[in-house]
Amino acid sequence: MTKELLVAEHLSKRFPNGVLAVDDVSVTIREGETVGIVGESGCGKSTTAKLLMRLLEPDAGTVFFDGFDFLSLGRTLLRRARGTIQLVPQNPQTSLNPRLRIGASIAFNLRAHGWARKDIGPRVESMLDRVGIDPAYATRYPHQLSGGQLQRVAIARALATDPKLVVCDEAVSALDKSVQAQVLNLLTDLQRDSGVAYLFISHDLAVVEHFSDRVVVMYLGRVVEEASASELWRRPVHPYSEALLSSVPGRVDDRIVLSGDLPSPANPPSGCVFRTRCPIAIASCADVRPSLDRVDDDHVAACPVRVDATDPSADFAVAGVSASSTSTNPGGIDRVQ
Amino acid sequence: MTVTTEMRVTAPEQAVAPAALEVEGVSVTFPTKSREIDAVRDVSFGIAAGKTLVLLGESGSGKSVTSRAIMRLYGRSARITGAVQLAGRSLFDLDERAMRKLRGAEIAMVPQDPTAALDPLRRVGAQIVEVLRTHDIEKSRSGAKARALDLLASVGIPDPARVLRSYPHELSGGMRQRAMIAVAIACEPSVLVADEPTTALDVTVQAQVLELFAELQERMGMAMLMVTHDVGVARDIADDVAVMYAGRIVEFGTANDVLGSPRHPYTMGLLGAVPSHTVARGALLAIPGRPPAAGEPLPAGCAFSPRCPHAVSECRDEVPALLQVATDRASACPVVNGGWDRWDHGDEGAARQAAT
Repeated sequence: MTKELLVAEHLSKRFPNGVLAVDDVSVTIREGETVGIVGESGCGKSTTAKLLMRLLEPDAGTVFFDGFDFLSLGRTLLRRARGTIQLVPQNPQTSLNPRLRIGASIAFNLRAHGWARKDIGPRVESMLDRVGIDPAYATRYPHQLSGGQLQRVAIARALATDPKLVVCDEAVSALDKSVQAQVLNLLTDLQRDSGVAYLFISHDLAVVEHFSDRVVVMYLGRVVEEASASELWRRPVHPYSEALLSSVPGRVDDRIVLSGDLPSPANPPSGCVFRTRCPIAIASCADVRPSLDRVDDDHVAACPVRVDATDPSADFAVAGVSASSTSTNPGGIDRVQ
Repeated sequence: MTVTTEMRVTAPEQAVAPAALEVEGVSVTFPTKSREIDAVRDVSFGIAAGKTLVLLGESGSGKSVTSRAIMRLYGRSARITGAVQLAGRSLFDLDERAMRKLRGAEIAMVPQDPTAALDPLRRVGAQIVEVLRTHDIEKSRSGAKARALDLLASVGIPDPARVLRSYPHELSGGMRQRAMIAVAIACEPSVLVADEPTTALDVTVQAQVLELFAELQERMGMAMLMVTHDVGVARDIADDVAVMYAGRIVEFGTANDVLGSPRHPYTMGLLGAVPSHTVARGALLAIPGRPPAAGEPLPAGCAFSPRCPHAVSECRDEVPALLQVATDRASACPVVNGGWDRWDHGDEGAARQAAT
């Protein structure tokens, strides 16, 4: 197993408006791998990324990056460390300074991370070339480029400092599908060449499924399941993951349509936060916050009802849960046709 | 006989039942100070009652413009030619007053962004009541209110009385879109136009709303025109699919045919670009380049030719006509359908030959 690059444990963040956006989330990213975070709006996936990068300060939890305690770094060291964790944001139109030529935007990032003046010019040129933009475009302004080209520039800017981890926050969501495919292929090529690790955040399951080694499924600020991408898609255990996967349009004939809406994150349900929409919830789901329990190697899920049914030998099964079940079908979900 | 005429006969049963909506050779041009922008060129299709046609395309393809032009939402800002028949009436020949009467009553629209479409300062109930009374469905205020309650319940809103009293901001995105759908179906229109109705929604809510559309269509038998960029959504809901690129329909046929065995390189590229776990990472069939942005000058000849792996020199000289290439199928690509010499060079005989 490759070395652990980023280990974040028990991260929590409550916003001043009372919303607990991230609730005891742990994420591990190994060198050179791609970890995807999926979930719907308000599930805390972007906030988690911001906590990992210390763009927001967590209320609780630890982040170790490359062996050192990331949260204890002072300003100077933090700034230096940020050269090794870079961000590709969602909207390149707003993330690139409209009044800087794109070459200058990339150069700015290099200068901020201590690159020598004489190295910056050639580096900008080679990075643009690497992402498929004619280096002559370095003198253009963002408004002169298309969305796909701008996202390539944002990627060039992020990768210019030779980071070990790049956080892609909905980095391809705003692109047309034909251009999105180009950018995904480009990110894959760059990873192959440089060994960079990606934290890939998206609401688009098909993209995450295609692009990630491991996937973290979040719901209302919590991790409900984590597994390798292939395992998760073959055998989702948490009923939310299952419903989410079956919601990908055009994919399945036996779709699970959840009832109701996402509860307000300011006032989440007790116990398991998903129980209000869960087709297999039982009475005790309201009482106990489910822990992430082992389903298999490298596969955990926070659903006692399911994990119990999946693996009868599991020792965490709450005694009496099955017996007191009010559901007629505790292990399975009734699918709509 | 032109192929666009043939295209309208898309299925045997439709040959008997007249289409609820017929769009014939619609072109939309926006005059600007510097030049004229051709947003939609010569678009034709028909939708039978109870059927769904999906206009599939990327941004700038003209799919939304087509749907809005059909409803005559552009007023004087666009020059629109062609014809639209709605249950035997020619929409482009009606005066604005008659059109206003039809809009909402006979042909209704579900917009992409319900937040922008609902009046933020008025309660949802008042907005539904307004539609019902404007179109004389219910004359009395109390009758309209009762009907609004029924409508909200019929689109799967669990507590219609609360939603009726709510302001749009008090509802979730999914509930707002359901409320918009309730407004749209209030007068039981024969045609429902939906422009990316689920794009702003989370996937689990999108699944709910798509299911609602299918259910309403089954119950009310309306024809649906749905605009989307999402191949998956098209697969889920379409009977027929028209793929648009740079303002033109480049491929047309049943959803199974078009999305199962495409006969235009752009459709092939679009399907190959859809990521999934079955495609190796880094091996998506990306189409090089990008679609022309709305208003951008188009390449000569076939607008897709600069990005097309199959393009030959003729493709840069002439815009290929959309011709029938099999039963119920049309494509605007001569190259993958037997070659340019079989294509229509203004000769109707050649068109028929290509059709066989």
